[in-house]
Amino acid sequence: MSDGPAVEARGLVRRFGDDAALQEVSFDVAAGELYGIIGPDGAGKTTLFRILVTLLLPDAGSARVLGRDVVKDLWNLRTRIGYMPGRFSLYPDLSVAENLGFYASLFDTTVAEAGETIAPIWVQLEQFAGRRAGALSGGMKQKLALCCALVHRPEILFLDEPTTGVDAVSRREFWDLLARLRDEGLPIVVSTPYMDEAIRCDRVSLMQDGRFLVTDGPAGIGRAYPRPLFAVRGPDILGLLGALRGFPHAAAVWPFGESLHYTDARRDAAPELIARALAAHVESAGLTGVTMSPVAASIEDAFMWYMAEGRAA
Amino acid sequence: MGAAHGGPMTGHAIDAQAVTRRFGNFTAVDAITFHVEPGEVFGFLGANGAGKTTAIRMLIGVLQPTSGSATVAGYDLETQAEQVRHRIGYMSQKFSLYEDLTVRENITLYGGIYGVSDKDIVSRTGDILGRIGLEHAGDELVREIPLGWKQQLAFCVALLHRPAVVFLDEPTAGVDPITRRRFWELIYEAGAGGTSVLVTTHYLDEAEYCGRISIMVDGAIAAMGTPAEVRRAMGAETLDEVFLKLTRPGTAA
Repeated sequence: MSDGPAVEARGLVRRFGDDAALQEVSFDVAAGELYGIIGPDGAGKTTLFRILVTLLLPDAGSARVLGRDVVKDLWNLRTRIGYMPGRFSLYPDLSVAENLGFYASLFDTTVAEAGETIAPIWVQLEQFAGRRAGALSGGMKQKLALCCALVHRPEILFLDEPTTGVDAVSRREFWDLLARLRDEGLPIVVSTPYMDEAIRCDRVSLMQDGRFLVTDGPAGIGRAYPRPLFAVRGPDILGLLGALRGFPHAAAVWPFGESLHYTDARRDAAPELIARALAAHVESAGLTGVTMSPVAASIEDAFMWYMAEGRAA
Repeated sequence: MGAAHGGPMTGHAIDAQAVTRRFGNFTAVDAITFHVEPGEVFGFLGANGAGKTTAIRMLIGVLQPTSGSATVAGYDLETQAEQVRHRIGYMSQKFSLYEDLTVRENITLYGGIYGVSDKDIVSRTGDILGRIGLEHAGDELVREIPLGWKQQLAFCVALLHRPAVVFLDEPTAGVDPITRRRFWELIYEAGAGGTSVLVTTHYLDEAEYCGRISIMVDGAIAAMGTPAEVRRAMGAETLDEVFLKLTRPGTAA
């Protein structure tokens, strides 16, 4: 593996008709980094991935993967890249073992040669070796797809929404596998619509409307949340939502699991003062049993903040 | 959304008694018993392959249970399946909207299918477009509008005939976090209006928005109650942890 960046993207632009799917996206992925691109459907994640894996040409900008240009060096790159597309792309009528063997043969290798690389995943799949791929559960399908993407021992892995539609526990297992591959030195670029998966990455970019909203380590993104944030709880969630949104200094109020997250518009206001005024406001709205406390922002809080800010600008 | 009305709504919106479905030797749904109150938002959770979709297909009357019985909207699923179908709404992760029709045409089409009067279709079309902020886009093709709007529109269309119960199968998959929350506000409103909501999701934060939840494991209901009750019963801090304990008992920390 080279010591330079695994990915260097500069000003990537891609339009489909009038629709700007990518608007000047630039970023670097370091060697051995697990890099997450977090965003909803339609953010531009797949377009970006398709450019990086040499399947789509950018309208402007350039990108290098493993030091090679994604346009000029595509034939050289293709054998070095492992790519798992977002849509399940294996053959449902072939068995697990047949799919794997087929992908190995495409790259002129064998499953045996892949050995160590796929071993941690294969142990979980082996019991289903004879089963048709189409008859696997969602989580197992994704593990097989990962196995197929690794069978030619690529030098970098691109995984486009590998965990979409997969249940929470299978998602966790999938990320455990990715962490293991990363620990062995394989750079991985992975996209996901699940904000909670950001914490499994070394660095993440939050993506919306063809742009990166912010890029940082997952903890850094939460810390950089630009306003005071509170978790508010009470028995009447819908009433509380209305009351908090009616508070004159409310910048954003959203349901958040068991509580509501309230963001105050005043950047430097003291938390105690905000809490006191907010409590009085809620009480005057006739709501009882309400508790509130300052809370650290999560990736999802940050995403919503930057997303709303980007749309307002 | 308006209040649910009509039908012999004497008791529960859904009342399932030992509902079972086998496919050959495989028991996909294993004697599940639960109920949903009128106006309740009930989270129907479980891992992939746990049997949620099979259970929902039985409750909406498109798949026969092997054994057990259920009433939905007060009607017996076995003997009154037609009445059940008139009193429920359904929205799946795959859109039920027609991409080549406009927003307005979709609403009119579904209104007609559900037997809503022309007069009501006109007034409810206005209500829906206003509620989800699509007034400007009524004459746009559904394929042209963003995913988040499509999902909100599909939900409103599923409620067009004022059903007593609406089934939502992963309604928020893939949408951005703000749209996801707007969607849940629509769900709350439907519940507050008296419509019962049975919803599946892989976002466990959304499970916390439900009045009660059930978690299916291998075809059976392994846990049920308010989210707080379920967490307490399982000795877990989060539903994520509950999920892990139930579905991978060997690996739970």
